[in-house]
Amino acid sequence: MSKVGWLRLVVIVGAVGALEVACRAGWINHRVVIPPSEMADALVQLLISGKFNEQIARSFGLVIAAIIIAVVAGFIVGVIIHALPRVRQALDPFFATYYAVPIFIFYPVMIPIFGLSVIPILLMGVLTAIVAMIISTLNGLDRVPRVLTKVARVHRMGRISTALRLKLPAAAPHLFTGVKLAVSYGFIGVIASEFILAPAGLGRVISDAYSDFDNRSMYALMLLLVIVATLANTLLHLFDQRWAERRGAGKS
Amino acid sequence: MTATRRAFDTVIILAIVLAAWQGLHQWVGSTALPAPLPTLAYLAKLVPSERFAESAWATLVTFFWALILSYGLGLLLGVWMGIHRLSGAVGEPILISLYTLPKVTLYPVVLLIFGLTLPGRVTFGAMHGVLPVALLTMNSIRNIPPVYVKAARTLHLSHRQTISNVLFPAAFPEIVSGLRIGFTLTLLGVLLAEMFASKAGLGALIINAMQLLQNQEMIAVAIVLFLFAALANAVLLWMEHRLHRRV
Amino acid sequence: MTADASDRRVHASLISVTRVYPATAGTQPVHALGPIDLELKRGEFFAVVGPSGCGKSTLLEVLAGLQPATEGMVAFEGRPVAGEVPDGIGVVFQEDASFPWLTVRDNAAFGLRRNGTDESEVRRRVDDTLAFMGLKDFATAYPAQLSGGMRQRVCIARTLVLQPRLILLDEPFGALDAQTRLLMGDEVLRLWRQTGATILLITHALDEAAMLSDRIGAMSARPGRFLDIVETGWARERDSTIVSEAHFGEITGRLWDNLRGESMKSLGYAGMYAAAE
Repeated sequence: MSKVGWLRLVVIVGAVGALEVACRAGWINHRVVIPPSEMADALVQLLISGKFNEQIARSFGLVIAAIIIAVVAGFIVGVIIHALPRVRQALDPFFATYYAVPIFIFYPVMIPIFGLSVIPILLMGVLTAIVAMIISTLNGLDRVPRVLTKVARVHRMGRISTALRLKLPAAAPHLFTGVKLAVSYGFIGVIASEFILAPAGLGRVISDAYSDFDNRSMYALMLLLVIVATLANTLLHLFDQRWAERRGAGKS
Repeated sequence: MTATRRAFDTVIILAIVLAAWQGLHQWVGSTALPAPLPTLAYLAKLVPSERFAESAWATLVTFFWALILSYGLGLLLGVWMGIHRLSGAVGEPILISLYTLPKVTLYPVVLLIFGLTLPGRVTFGAMHGVLPVALLTMNSIRNIPPVYVKAARTLHLSHRQTISNVLFPAAFPEIVSGLRIGFTLTLLGVLLAEMFASKAGLGALIINAMQLLQNQEMIAVAIVLFLFAALANAVLLWMEHRLHRRV
Repeated sequence: MTADASDRRVHASLISVTRVYPATAGTQPVHALGPIDLELKRGEFFAVVGPSGCGKSTLLEVLAGLQPATEGMVAFEGRPVAGEVPDGIGVVFQEDASFPWLTVRDNAAFGLRRNGTDESEVRRRVDDTLAFMGLKDFATAYPAQLSGGMRQRVCIARTLVLQPRLILLDEPFGALDAQTRLLMGDEVLRLWRQTGATILLITHALDEAAMLSDRIGAMSARPGRFLDIVETGWARERDSTIVSEAHFGEITGRLWDNLRGESMKSLGYAGMYAAAE
């Protein structure tokens, strides 16, 4: 690991260590924050006991489902819109504004329509993530160099063949960015909705633990969320790096 | 494409949205989803009302403080990490990880520390906005072409003159981008905090309306927020484009 | 020092100068330049040519005081150059250094305004220089609205307004097409004659160097040293039409004789050192 990498590790370990010391020494009230070691311990015990495993599985299942739907549907919609320039022009201001608007304000609107079930939550996850995928798909298809289509014609390739063998690989980096964003947003969409209001799920359980003054469970589950989110993003980042190197984009 | 044609297309999109709304309403019934026209009429009556003004003011105050915190901390952090290369190299991945982390997971901690108070909502809002401001400010400084610094030296500028007359204007357009994204994310954070657990503000108003089964109110407030955010973003984007056209 | 105050013919000099870029995290030290000796006579037009990565830009920056010499001495008008860019030296860089947030006029006025000159004097000098550079009609335009060649002219104007006695040009026409370059060459000659300044031009284009200069230094591949210094013998009142003379071909031929081998050497490892140049 490089010098910068080591330094970063020191900073992170130092921060966590400082929190641990502050909690144990009583500088930080135990009723507000528990020491990180206790959080980890509580998490391990919680997972072993299996008390919340159903809720955890339900939430992560919804996240994964939302991501998959958003990526696939977002890609298809993006391809369709890209082929219809006038539609795209009309929708442009909508896309530009979409992430400027707090979409969660529409979550309560869905509950009377779909009931307090998985559907509004899944819908929020998909809606939060899908537009990022659509925008990335549009950008990716834009960036396909014109010269590639000319090469395709010289080789007498058909439309589908051109699309799959030239356009898709050329647009791939942007599509991957879309996937990364979809993962992030899918997470946020599902978990935030469960926090606001849900019959079950990780967000609901954490929210209940808070109300019941059950700090150990609350922090344990929060730690789980942080770990899973960080792992997912790190994996995507590593994947991205490997790919970028092959394309000569250099390390970031 | 001409402006009139584009405006026409936007009107068509709006008409489609309203038609879809009407269609959905007729399918699920008005207890689930009220019709568009009555809802818009309700909106027209709601906005000037005292009750709405009170909530809007509460949100505005929270948002204002959260924005100051986001911008202030974000700019300081970004400038430091942009100038001090080592800190930037070490800190950037950490900030990016925090950026992609759903900050909603940290809300209970904020709640525990601050309770259901204004400082709590302000902090939660600022947590959302500070990261893009910091990251984009840092990048704006890193992206200053080195030739500008060399040119400043050949023009015999003092350090202070170099910073204020060359470096700052060069970094400014990208800093504004960060401020724009920080604006929208801070607003999101504030509204989420109000929706999670609050008695004051427009976010709380929406949740309240939902619990009292007042669909029209719920949708009306959501539309107002949507319009406000869209408008603010459009203005900031326009400013950004004016700056970027010169670069 | 060979350049003492009484010998006014020597304007600036490099004496046994070397420049080694110190090692950083992950790289070795790079011996970029020298040992090199150069004496610029007052009012002369001197060009430096050489293969990519040979240290031409480094030479310019050391002379200007933008980089310190690792060994040897740098002097301008009898005084050592160290740490800061001396008053009286102007530099035009390879990259576009025009400030996009200022108009052409404000760009040109920039240096003068910063050192506290009276505003009416600023206006006068700036307008004169803009007219001289053919930018009068574009005074209120922004650089982004201009072509690459015009943006370079803005940078030159900004330098000229300060009335430098030594002008250093680092491949200023690198980004331009060949015909524009020839015309810009004529402009530089006009500038040289009217200001009476000493000019050092860095270029990789042999024809440009041969056409514009009184003397040309041919540089070896990294670490750069002078292989030969060619005297052209052109009259002061010259322009781009001299390219059709036989003597022009002799000069470029002699330069290429010197540089052909060096260019091949540098192509072998030009890729590795491209970033450091």
